[in-house]
Parts: sequence; C-alpha cells; structure tokens
Amino acid sequence: MLKRTRVTNAIRALRFARGEMTQAELAERIGVTRQTVIAIEQGRYSPSLEMAFQIARVFEAPLDEVFQYADDEAGKS
Amino acid sequence: MTFEERSTWIYAAVALVSFVAYAAVIAGRAQGVPLRDVAYVAPMLWTIGSGIVATIAGNVLVAGIWRGDCGKRDVRDQEIGRFGERVGQSFVCIGGVAALALAMAKAEHFWIAHVIYVAFLLATLLGATMKILAYRRGIPDC
Repeated sequence: MLKRTRVTNAIRALRFARGEMTQAELAERIGVTRQTVIAIEQGRYSPSLEMAFQIARVFEAPLDEVFQYADDEAGKS
Repeated sequence: MTFEERSTWIYAAVALVSFVAYAAVIAGRAQGVPLRDVAYVAPMLWTIGSGIVATIAGNVLVAGIWRGDCGKRDVRDQEIGRFGERVGQSFVCIGGVAALALAMAKAEHFWIAHVIYVAFLLATLLGATMKILAYRRGIPDC
C-alpha cells in the first residue's frame, strides 16, 4: 500500500546552501508546483529521472549529491 | 494544496452530497409504493445535471480564491490523476457487469439504472479518496 519512497534527497540542505532558495523558486525553475517540491523533499514523491536531473542542474551538483537510493536493508527499516 | 487536489475534494463532495439528496428524494417518493415503481428518471437526471454544474461552479470558485494556483497541473498531478482513475475504473467494470447480469435476468429498469449509478458513484468516491491519499502520503508502488 502507501509507502514512502526509498529515494532520499538533500534538496532542503542544498536550498539553504544556495542562498536560502525558496521552495517556490525551485518549483518555478523546474516547472512544477511548490507542493511537488515539498512532496519530493519529504520523500512522498519520487521525481522522474528527467526532473531529478533538472533539480541537480539548478543546484549545479552531481545527481548523487542531490539524490540517494537506500539499499535493501535500509529500505526495510 | 494544489488546484488539482482542491478540485478532487470538490468532485468527491459534490458526488456524495448529490447522492444523499437523490436518495432522500427517492425515499420520499417511495412512501407506500414499491421501490421499482418509483419515478426515478427525472430526479436522477436532475442529480447528475446539477452535480456537473456544482462541480464546475466549485472549481470556478476555487480558481477565484486561489488565483495563483489556477489550472496549474504538473507531472505529479498527472500521475496521481491516472492512479486515481485506474482505481476507480474497477467499480465501473463491476457496475457494467452487474447491470448486464440484471438485464439478462430481466430485472426492473429501476434496479439496472441504480446499479450503474451506484457504480459510478463508488468509482468517483474511491478514485477521489485514493487521489487525496496519494497527495497526502505518496503514490503507492503498484
């Protein structure tokens, strides 16, 4: 049933590291609603690969610095 | 809350309120009359028609209140929309099969019409519930 995604991310930390970028600002730059950015940050929504690259590009960071994928054991806990 | 989520709430609320109003009218007309003989066609058409109008009016109202969000629909909204419709679709199929069985069994038109109506209602409510859950908790893996 409903479960959290195993994709975790550092978007919140990266936003603050980039001059306290707001969720609305990030949402506008990647062309989604602010609620979608909130859902991604909170792990309630896994973005598509394309959106993940767009987010990484906004932060000028490699993809695996922005997103991480928990291994099986971590995912079960 | 996104425009699409608000719209989903309106859709579900209108469907539920319309059904309750319709059921009250039919119950009122069924006093001392067998259910199958109750004149249901006009109330059902009015219920469906007014439900469509109320949904449109609700969306216009919401769009007027939250102007910034009006009509915004992103990839997550699309995914949640597809998910909710897929879940609700099961009730449409069940309703269709049940109506077919009733027709083959030469059941009264009253029952055939109501099986279809209730199936659409359940499809709407279940689909909307799953969409709202997906907005709040995430889209399940399936």
